[in-house]
Amino acid sequence: MSAVFEQIFQVGFLAAIIRIATPLAFATLGEMFSERAGVLNLGIEGIMLLSAMTGFTAASLSGSLWLGVLAAVLTGMLMGALHALFTVVLGLSQHVCGIGVTLFSSGLAYFLYRLIFGQQSVPPSIKGFETLPIPVLSGIPVLGPAVFNQFALVYMAILAIPLAAFVLYRTPWGLSVRMVGENPRAADSAGVSVIATRFQAVVLGGALMGLAGAFLSMAQFNAFTFGVVSGRGWVAIALVVFGRWDPWRSAGAALLFAFVDALQLRMQASGLGHIPYETFLMLPFIFTIVAMAVMSRNAVAPSALLKPFRREER
Amino acid sequence: MFRLEVRASTPAWFNLALPLLAIGATLVLCSGLIALAGAGVLESYGVMFTASLGDSYAITETMVRAAPMIFTGLAVAVAFRAKFWNIGAEGQLLAGAVASCFVGAIPMPGPLAMFLMAVAGAAAGAAVALVPATLRVKFKVDDVVSSLLLNSVIYYALMALIEGPWKDTFSGYPISPPIEDSANFPVLLEGTRLHLGVVVALITAPLIWFLIVRTTLGFRIRVTGENQEAARYGGIHVERVLISTALLSGALAGLAGVGEVGGVHFQVMSDISPGYGYSGIVVAMLARLNPLGVVPAAIFLAAVMTGAEAMSRATGVPAFLSDVIQGTALLAMLVALLFTAYRIRRVGAAR
Repeated sequence: MSAVFEQIFQVGFLAAIIRIATPLAFATLGEMFSERAGVLNLGIEGIMLLSAMTGFTAASLSGSLWLGVLAAVLTGMLMGALHALFTVVLGLSQHVCGIGVTLFSSGLAYFLYRLIFGQQSVPPSIKGFETLPIPVLSGIPVLGPAVFNQFALVYMAILAIPLAAFVLYRTPWGLSVRMVGENPRAADSAGVSVIATRFQAVVLGGALMGLAGAFLSMAQFNAFTFGVVSGRGWVAIALVVFGRWDPWRSAGAALLFAFVDALQLRMQASGLGHIPYETFLMLPFIFTIVAMAVMSRNAVAPSALLKPFRREER
Repeated sequence: MFRLEVRASTPAWFNLALPLLAIGATLVLCSGLIALAGAGVLESYGVMFTASLGDSYAITETMVRAAPMIFTGLAVAVAFRAKFWNIGAEGQLLAGAVASCFVGAIPMPGPLAMFLMAVAGAAAGAAVALVPATLRVKFKVDDVVSSLLLNSVIYYALMALIEGPWKDTFSGYPISPPIEDSANFPVLLEGTRLHLGVVVALITAPLIWFLIVRTTLGFRIRVTGENQEAARYGGIHVERVLISTALLSGALAGLAGVGEVGGVHFQVMSDISPGYGYSGIVVAMLARLNPLGVVPAAIFLAAVMTGAEAMSRATGVPAFLSDVIQGTALLAMLVALLFTAYRIRRVGAAR
């Protein structure tokens, strides 16, 4: 038992958890904004993939990582706008549109990547983000190196959590988002434009999903591969449920998932007997399904989730 | 000014016109990508068509590809009819492939082996689909998310199997041992890969149509999908219907995997399905969830996939164009479906 504790409190392990949690935190917050406004975005998996691709490409061609991040965010917003056009403006099925956006974005990511980089035996890579130690704070024992000696994008994710909570609970726009997600009819009567608010929330969500993709291809892997996202988008959707559509809880859910993921990575590395490493890769997904089963009974989704709004229909 | 007006009923020719409209729009939109790749649009689509439907051999190749998508398309169509959002056809297909590979490797008379492979594959697919259905009925877990996450679980389980116990100790390749020769599905046309499973897929579609349209279970599935509350009020045990739907849907997706093992690959490898489970969603939507429409829709997507590879070799346009076409076709079809619910009316200035 003590060996386990030793591993958990290793600085490297804590730092790994934070790193794994970062793209999930961005993605989960993005999905949360969308769902709080009443729009399920199953396009998240494809949006993250396409953003990872455009971010990597922009960074690789321009030599500027931050230009890459900008490209990824703009891609996320654009694809968010596409999903919003179909589900919010046209009021089409959120389930099927989301799958459509994912299929379309993934296909486009593969197609453009192959077009730009061709088929190379060694996939091209970039020099990704380097850690940016924060003076003084990074000197704190254990916590310092784990939390305050990270990539700039990690700090952005940490700051994004209170910011998301502030925007959602303390600003007029956040109130509008919650209203159109809970009771669009009432919001409409109160003079809130349901369509505009939902559109904005889905686009903001897309921007955050873009940051998640940017982190994967420019800080975590420093390359674009077809498996760069590999289910993280779907996990984020589950984490929103697990986090009961709240920014703090959702971020906590991302941290918990990252803990399980870091643990299975450690188990892989320890090479337990002859067990193939794929066995451990299943664990975070099984954990997520079980966690959803435990949480879903009491989870209360935004009332108007999945329901399109048309003013003239009663 | 134009406005949308709710349509009371849709004419029958819409069932044909809407998918064709969506496919036409898709091909026009995707021609931009062909031009971006620096190839001739008409030439590229021409190569795609010739390579997939141009001669009898090409047609058999396209049909071999269509078979798994007929099964996954039916799986999705049945599930979506009941509004059971089974996005897990991919995992159910893989489970069916693994189970049938286990059975096919046991020495026994050929016909018996093929029958048992089908039974095992269908059962495995159904068992996987039972998980999201049970989670939804008992724990109110969203079926979309659980079935999606389950795809990853099944995929890694398959990988663990072929990297572990099944690994080819001689070559070191991550592939399963082959099934018995006697269990290979018979080829129907000499010199082609057209196997028995393709015919089974073509026969299954009208059977599922009959089940949905003419049987009590089909009626319950449709009513549950259209209005769950009304179904409950009408004495239908909605939970039981959802479970039955999941079993049927999963079994169909599992059969897709059986066909790939018995008729095409004769073993299991990591890329046994290039996303046939997800393509099933596109197929089902193009077919407007009609089991009979699943057949032409699957053949269309199969032709795109087969043709895209030839087009890539001939013109250098990345074969991933077929993935973009699938996604675009799904979105275009959804937009086209607006015409079933609404009509566009010109509204005078007086209003």
